[in-house]
Formats: sequence, structure tokens, C-alpha cells
Amino acid sequence: MSEIRNELKYLSSHEWARLEEDGTVTIGISDHAQDALGDVVYVETPEVGSTLAAGDEAGVVESVKAASDIYSPVSGEVVEVNETLEESPETVNSSPYDDGWFFRIKPSDVSELDNMLDADAYRSESED
Amino acid sequence: MGNRTPLYDTHVAMGGKMVDFGGWDMPLHYGSQLDEHNKVRTDAGMFDVSHMTVVDVDGAGARDYLRYLLANDVAKLDGNPGKALYTGMLNEKGGVIDDLIVYLRDPGYRVVVNCATREKDLAWMNKQAESFEVTLTERPQLAMIAIQGPNALSKTKEVLGIDWTAAIDALKVFQSVARGEWFVARTGYTGEDGLEIMLPGEDASGFWRALDEAGVAPCGLGARDTLRLEAGMNLYGHEMDEETSPLIANMAWTVAWAPESRNFIGRAALEEEKAKGIEHKLVGLVLEERGVLRGGQYVMVDGSDERGIITSGTFSPTLGYSIALARVPANVGDTAEVEIRKKLQPVKVVKPCFVRNGKSVI
Repeated sequence: MSEIRNELKYLSSHEWARLEEDGTVTIGISDHAQDALGDVVYVETPEVGSTLAAGDEAGVVESVKAASDIYSPVSGEVVEVNETLEESPETVNSSPYDDGWFFRIKPSDVSELDNMLDADAYRSESED
Repeated sequence: MGNRTPLYDTHVAMGGKMVDFGGWDMPLHYGSQLDEHNKVRTDAGMFDVSHMTVVDVDGAGARDYLRYLLANDVAKLDGNPGKALYTGMLNEKGGVIDDLIVYLRDPGYRVVVNCATREKDLAWMNKQAESFEVTLTERPQLAMIAIQGPNALSKTKEVLGIDWTAAIDALKVFQSVARGEWFVARTGYTGEDGLEIMLPGEDASGFWRALDEAGVAPCGLGARDTLRLEAGMNLYGHEMDEETSPLIANMAWTVAWAPESRNFIGRAALEEEKAKGIEHKLVGLVLEERGVLRGGQYVMVDGSDERGIITSGTFSPTLGYSIALARVPANVGDTAEVEIRKKLQPVKVVKPCFVRNGKSVI
């Protein structure tokens, strides 16, 4: 069974988001998503300094098998991207919730996180 | 629930991630498709290909029947029992109904066709058989295991023991040897040396587990696809189909034009196509930038308004970048551009073969 962390928020398109102590939001893809994709070989992250609206395409994750778009769950400015993924995209498979995060955003409206699924809701969706 | 091969329970017990493939429940991978791919390139891996359709062709008219049915000429097998031939089975328009391997048994022939095309293949083969003295016998009770990689032969011999060692040592590439219901062929779909073994379904699980203990890695359909693509081998429904002639699918070498007196289904259409001039060809593409080429992406070629199309694309685990097979206008040069997510990316155009025996051949 794939791991779903209780402290995170999710989109039904399998991104997760975590509100950090400094007020930024970290975004990645769930364990379920990395498992379904299989071996990840390429990650395209958004540009630092770019502005995204909630629901915007923010990047792409490609496995041997398929390509999948990554959507930003919140609006704001991209303040950091995970540069590890450029050389070691397989980190998404080995550590989807920790070392395999995708990008950090400075949210313009932190309440957008409330529109996301909590762990229980995501669990029941991804079990369907 | 789909069809299951005799190895289904073994796959599940060994952690295979099972998916539907042409109506069959087959393993996609057993953990990591990349690891399985690399094992075949550097050591030995095995694939359950029992879903493929095996048909024995017997009777006094078998040779004449196959010479009419197939674009390649089974007369090339005369006097060489066990020898195999790769060929297309064409329709009257010269389109490919399926690609297959035919082996000369002694007596008779054995044909192995794709599982996804089984029903239409059998219908076509039976219809054409009406004018010949021939019997077609499907062999669904046989399992089929492909063992591939530089150490495939030595590890298989280790498992099969002394009784088989001399027979396997004597096997040339594209040659087979049969004993009872066991049929061992030095063929494959990976660009590596290896064997494809047909055996009674009830023996399959024990043989598979013995190979596993000898260090042959179980591999799924995912690795099978990246391996065949690196080797530049066609997959039915991607590189060719009933609307595609073998002449534009890198299969011209499988069409036996000589002798001229041999009529085969599709011959007239192919001759007409050849006389008019071949307008397309299948090439290899290499993307050295980051990103992955995928089937269905368009290919822009200098000097042609017509776009080409990628028929199969993937990340190449052996090369570390993306490769693809593509059908493009025949005047293509050394470079082209591929549209990936609305952006044009430059690619190199190469012969449709990327890796052989573990090494890049680009």
C-alpha cells in the first residue's frame, strides 16, 4: 500500500502541499503517484521567480512509461525549486514526501490550502 | 479478470505488478523497470511471453500455403530444420496484418503470432488455408519463456543440465531445437543473445523458479518494451499495422521478391508501391536534451511540409537519454524537430537501431 501522510494536503491529481513554518508552501507528488508512474527519469520544474495561479501547470514529471503534468495547488511566486531532481530524478521514487519535493511557492492566499483534500479524503479517492 | 498464463500465480508471488495487456493479466515490472532493463543488458533476464499465439502448420500443402501467406519465403528454410524466419503477413493492399516468426519443424512448421492480433490472424490464416492441403493447430497449452542477456545461454544451460548443454551449444542464432514438447530457439526481442523456450504449461512455474535461483531476473512488459525499442525492433500496432506497408516500416528486408514466380498476398500492391516511389521511411530519433520522446508526437523535417510522426518513444536506460522510432518523409536529413508540449526540440536522425549486445550503435 502506498503511504499517505496525515499532515499533508492533496489534490486529486496527486500533488501534495505542506505549509512550512516560514509561510512558504512545498509541493511534490504523492507516493501513490510515483508508484503509478514507475521509474522517474525527468522532472521539469517551474522557474524561480515565476508567478502561478492555483490550478496552473507548474511542470512535468516523466517516467519511462508516461508523462504527467504537475499543477500548482496554490497561487503565488515560485521561490525555490528542488535542483536535486535535475541530476537525480529517481529521488521522486525513493522519497516522494521528503527529498523528492518539486518546488516551493510563496502563497498569495494561504487559505487556498483549505480547498485541497485532507489525507482521509485523498485516501478514499485514490482507493477508487 | 483477464486471461492468465500458467505463470500468473508465480508472478504475483514474486511481486509482479499485474496489468491488462491485450486481454491478458501480465506483469509490468517486479519493482523497477530500469533495473530489469539493465539486468538484461549486462547479465540475464526472463520474460513470460506465454500470451503469444503458437500455431503449428502441417500437411502436404504447408510449404505452398506459407509461401503464399507470408511476404518472406519459407523456401529459405528448406533443408534446415529448426531454422527461423521473421516475416510480415500482409493483406491484399500490402498492409501488415501481423509480424511473426515461422520455424521449420520436421515435418511441418510452427508460427508464433502476437496475442493482441490472435483472432484476426487465425481468421485470416484459416480463410487462406481453404485452398491448401493444410491443417492449423493452435497450441494454447504451451507456455513460452524468453531468457535474454549476455549470460542467458550459460544460466539456462545451468538449469537445464547436461541433457541440453550440447544442443544449446550447437544452436546458431535464429535456429531452434525440439525435444518432446520442449522447443528451444535462439531468438528474442531485446537486441541481446538469448533463448525463447516453449514448454508444457505445467512445467513453466518450476522452470521459472529454477531460472530465478540461477540468477536470471524476472522482467516485465515495461522492460521488454524499452529493450526492443533500443534494439530498433518493431511493435505491431505502433511501427506497422494494416494500413502500413512493410516497405515504410523498416521491413523491406523481410519481403522476398525472388523468385518472381512466387505470388504472395500483397505482392502486387507492394510492386505498385515500389514502382511509384517510396515516400516514407522509419528512422530512429535521438533527443540529447532533457525530455522524453513519446508515440504520437509530430516530427518536422526540412524541405517537407508534411509532418512525420513518432511511432514509439521512450527514455533509453542504456543510453541515458530519449530515443524514438518515427515514420517521416523519405527525404529526411540528419536532423529534425519534434513537437514536445508545444515546443520544438531538435533531434538527431539515425538508423532505427540504437543498442546491440549491450553497446550503443548510434
